[in-house]
Amino acid sequence: MSKLLHRRDVVTELLRERGDTLVIGGLGAPAWDITHAGDHELNFPLWGAMGGAAMIGLGVALAQPKKKVLVLTGDGEMLMGLGALATIAVQRPRNLYIVVLDNERYGETGQQETHTGHGVDLAAMAKAAGFAHALGVRTQAEVSRLKKRIYSGDGALFAQVKVDPERLPLVLPPRDGSYLKNRFRAALLGRNALQQ
Amino acid sequence: MKKNAESAWPDEVHALLKAAGVRQVAIVPDAGHARLIKLCEKDKSMRVVRLTTEEEGVALLAGAWLGGEKGVLLMQSSGVGNCINMLSLPLACQFPLLMLVTMRGDHGEFNPAQIPMGNATQAVLEALGVIVKRADRAEDVPELVSATLRLAFNTYRPVALLIGQRVSGAKDFRKLTESVPK
Repeated sequence: MSKLLHRRDVVTELLRERGDTLVIGGLGAPAWDITHAGDHELNFPLWGAMGGAAMIGLGVALAQPKKKVLVLTGDGEMLMGLGALATIAVQRPRNLYIVVLDNERYGETGQQETHTGHGVDLAAMAKAAGFAHALGVRTQAEVSRLKKRIYSGDGALFAQVKVDPERLPLVLPPRDGSYLKNRFRAALLGRNALQQ
Repeated sequence: MKKNAESAWPDEVHALLKAAGVRQVAIVPDAGHARLIKLCEKDKSMRVVRLTTEEEGVALLAGAWLGGEKGVLLMQSSGVGNCINMLSLPLACQFPLLMLVTMRGDHGEFNPAQIPMGNATQAVLEALGVIVKRADRAEDVPELVSATLRLAFNTYRPVALLIGQRVSGAKDFRKLTESVPK
């Protein structure tokens, strides 16, 4: 058994050459992780909406079929909205990539165990729902392959990346949701979008 | 208009949604929405997204707006209960959201299980801060859809239009049982 991956190394690697990729960050650690990699106007980090990150990603992906949409979220967050796997698979969005950073813990509430440490295989569930690609990731080499598949392959892709349940310093994005929304829309659609 | 209003409102609502530029139509089906859903499915400018639970639609349509598209969420009143915490998203971030909710547990309900949520739908939404309008006559539905579309998308907030059971008709399972072909 190899050493567990560090979540911030994984996220930094996945976002290094992101270009105009649209990024949704699930609440808690994934939102801090994408901010640690560098706050970005095309990031939409969540402060709530638990269970909704993947579906927000689908809404963006359907609206912007020519852009890649990357959802980075946690195992607890994904477990709260498992039905989204079925909903997304049915829509077959070729530009949507969902990466679950799976530390098998509810990290923000005291490191309580989630289902994924007790045998629940999210990638297998995504595969069974009908995702075109679903994979488990445990090594650095697999992270590199995942990155390649995101940036030079089609979705819908689901990846479950096992990561160390380490406690890390918080790196907080802006908290004002209206600001985050308008910043994202202005960057993606142009400032005129704010006049709509 | 009066005579056909009962059957025509879904066609008028579909035309209003189309004219407003609605592209993503998120649904958990309800008998009261059956015709509108069919019209949206036939419309190539609209993408119907069937959900496993209504709160998915709240999140989906926040994403649609981030990506520059408008949407609408069609559901039954029981689905409102599933949406409550997810409505924090459009409320906290000022996302426009139009929910067209066909009522159960309302006018002449037959099923006791529909009463608790149906009876609480408006109060629960209003407790959260969602704007609620209500249509109890078929001929009022199009105008209220037009008004709630403007409220949601011009003022960036979640708005629910409750379409009363008088409009969609109360279901009587005893009658439905009798009508099952032998």
